[in-house]
Amino acid sequence: MKLRLIASAVLAAASLTAAPIVAAEYPDRPVSLMVSYGAGGATDFQARIVTMVAGNEEYLGQPMVIINKPGAGGRVGWNWFASEADSDGYTMGAYNIPHFIAQSIEGGVKYSAESFEPIANWGADPAVVVVGADSPYNTIEELVGFATENPGKVTLSGAGLYVGHHIAALQIEKATGAKMAYIPTKGGGAAAMKAVIAGDVIAGVNNLSDAFRAREAGNVKILAVADLERSDFLPDVPTLKEAGFDVDNSSVNFRGVMVPKGTDPAIIEKLAATVPQMFENARVAKQMQAGGSPMHIMTRDEVLEMWAAREETLQDLLAGLK
Amino acid sequence: MEFLQYFGGVFEPTSFLLLIGGTIGGLILGATPGLSPTMAVALLIPFTFQLAPTQGLILLGAAYTSTVAGGAVSAILLRIPGAPANIATALDGNAMAVQGQGAKALHISFLSSGIGGVIGVFLLIFLTPVLAKWALLFGPSHLFWMAILGVTVIGSLDSKSFVKGLLSGCLGLWLSMIGYDDIQGAQRFIFHDALTGGVSIITALIGIFAIPQVIEMLAVGRQRQDIAAVTVSKQPFLESVKLTLSSVKSLSIGTVIGSFIGLIPGVGGQIAGLLAYDQTKKFSKNPESFGQGNPQGVIAAESANNAMVGPSLVPLLTLSIPGSPTAAVLLGGLLIHGIFPGGDLFDNHPEVIWTFINSMLIGQILMVVFGIWVAGYAAKVAQVPKAIMASAVLVLAVFGAYSVQQSMGDVYVMFVLGVAMYFLEKFGFSAAPLVLGLILGPIAEANFIQGSMIANAMNGPFEYFMMGSLNLFLIVLVLASIAWSFVTSRKEAKNAAAAGDA
Repeated sequence: MKLRLIASAVLAAASLTAAPIVAAEYPDRPVSLMVSYGAGGATDFQARIVTMVAGNEEYLGQPMVIINKPGAGGRVGWNWFASEADSDGYTMGAYNIPHFIAQSIEGGVKYSAESFEPIANWGADPAVVVVGADSPYNTIEELVGFATENPGKVTLSGAGLYVGHHIAALQIEKATGAKMAYIPTKGGGAAAMKAVIAGDVIAGVNNLSDAFRAREAGNVKILAVADLERSDFLPDVPTLKEAGFDVDNSSVNFRGVMVPKGTDPAIIEKLAATVPQMFENARVAKQMQAGGSPMHIMTRDEVLEMWAAREETLQDLLAGLK
Repeated sequence: MEFLQYFGGVFEPTSFLLLIGGTIGGLILGATPGLSPTMAVALLIPFTFQLAPTQGLILLGAAYTSTVAGGAVSAILLRIPGAPANIATALDGNAMAVQGQGAKALHISFLSSGIGGVIGVFLLIFLTPVLAKWALLFGPSHLFWMAILGVTVIGSLDSKSFVKGLLSGCLGLWLSMIGYDDIQGAQRFIFHDALTGGVSIITALIGIFAIPQVIEMLAVGRQRQDIAAVTVSKQPFLESVKLTLSSVKSLSIGTVIGSFIGLIPGVGGQIAGLLAYDQTKKFSKNPESFGQGNPQGVIAAESANNAMVGPSLVPLLTLSIPGSPTAAVLLGGLLIHGIFPGGDLFDNHPEVIWTFINSMLIGQILMVVFGIWVAGYAAKVAQVPKAIMASAVLVLAVFGAYSVQQSMGDVYVMFVLGVAMYFLEKFGFSAAPLVLGLILGPIAEANFIQGSMIANAMNGPFEYFMMGSLNLFLIVLVLASIAWSFVTSRKEAKNAAAAGDA
């Protein structure tokens, strides 16, 4: 405690002299943004869109460069970001909630919500429950009814463990009391969606954006959304809450940018003020809309609150799993 | 024949320039070790932000087709497969280049790529609705048997000894288990941070193919008398055409296997080249000439990996399911322009999608033209002094391994695997079976576990894995492939014994 006091005193002293100058000049070279998923994935794809106007004078005035560090469901990238990334403001990272918080609760990684400082949130992709177009189930009640009568018989595909889909599946099981078999796939949401369309599994949990496209193509029926409110993309699909199941928005895949702990507070402040404006840029909004990627802009304070809330729900939900 | 009316779009000045640029750029990116087609396409996506949808897709389509073929250049000249698809090309292609026939190897490689590629795109044009249903037939149990079918060819692939082939295959399977397991949530064999994400196939490819060579080259020393003078023979283009066109058997095996495998989501083109190579070798009258510079090996492998390109887009374009990592990146490229793939894509955006498909067709032809054009010069690489060559390959290897995920950890993994492979080769083990094990391991494992989980919710694993016509068909193929290996290795043993007596 004492050390921390001294450290903060030193920091404060330093920030009185050096920091204002650093922050005023920041950024004077391109800023990199680490994405812990592969090039071409949804997170990478959206990160490239929301950062494309970073070079404009009114925002950062410097371009942002995407660096992909994929592997182990995001663990490789976030491990690197927590332990090796420079905290000079020139290395930013993309976060995925609930993924990294759930992984840190599961253990075996070098990060937790404490390791990062959020800057702003750009998108939110809720999880939805899908069945194949020719499935006998037309509503979430019918599916849950079958699952209750036949414990363990309903197979539910999703993209891996400790990701939004997995969290949603756990919450659905808990809320309905029906035992289901969650089948994690390798290769992300696309493989999980294929399993639903091909009839390999009875139902699946998937991203709203991907499910929306699959429904447009006539391949799936969307039974419910795991969010607090209905989505603008799917006004006809009820939320799980409306259907009477106590499932909140803990599984919604929030995406945004962050910096490592220890970054100069003046820089964090500057980024927290400009980055949300950058996300609101009309060109960004247009490209995101075209790509079917739902936007959800949140400021640093809102994100901090959301992280803390997630941490709490996930601790409870995952406690029984370990 | 709807596609014909959209051919005009490809030849509009901007579009055609993009097509040429994409093809040349793709060839260069493809020829660079470590830059796989997936990464090349991903790198180009930001450039399409500013383009019209059709033009953006032309660029991506051209880059996709030509990077797959470009990977053959480094496979042949440097024995570093640019991507997993080109592993089989390196086996005979590099042997040819070392003998001074690099130009010939490049010629036939581009020609057979072009032929396989054009047939693949035609399948995409004419049979998409039929093929889409076919692609969905393969569930976890079938993919598991497909992977096992791949495992059965490990022993006979590029090895003097069947047992040593199997052993290096096992080593590859073990390497594939390293890292975090997405399905069961287990951390396996993570001795060092660099292994958290597992051993990336590209990193392993570069390490085990390039590093042993570099060590060999440096071990030779710099004395002039040690340098084997290679005369690079000139290759008349027409002769290459004649050779390629007369290799009907290898071309058809390659094209059929390539398009079939390309179609199945989740298997990807990584094993198409190797399976086609193995089949061509099995059906050949003199299988022992494979690996020594037999042009048929190059033709089979390259026609297979380009034939895969067209069909691999079928699940993406009709069902919106990307069947391969590259298709997933292309999906991003489509979405960014507000084009949602799906059954009605061909009705809603015919001009975009047909121009895209046509550009892949024209792209295949341009790729052959440019490829052949540089082949003569590129083949001279074989004459470069060993010391210079070794350093150049080393630089490319480090660059390639690093670029996979901008990580020095991958470079260390590459060196460790490479040095280990150097010693393994001294004991008669070879690299190709090891890579095949590394590729097949995750497919077999993930599908087996998923299948078991699904089977437990149904009527049990026996019924799930062993019943149904497609399962039985694949099991018969697996058994036939094993039996064939036994018969041939017995025959070889007999021949060897006979030769020993004489």
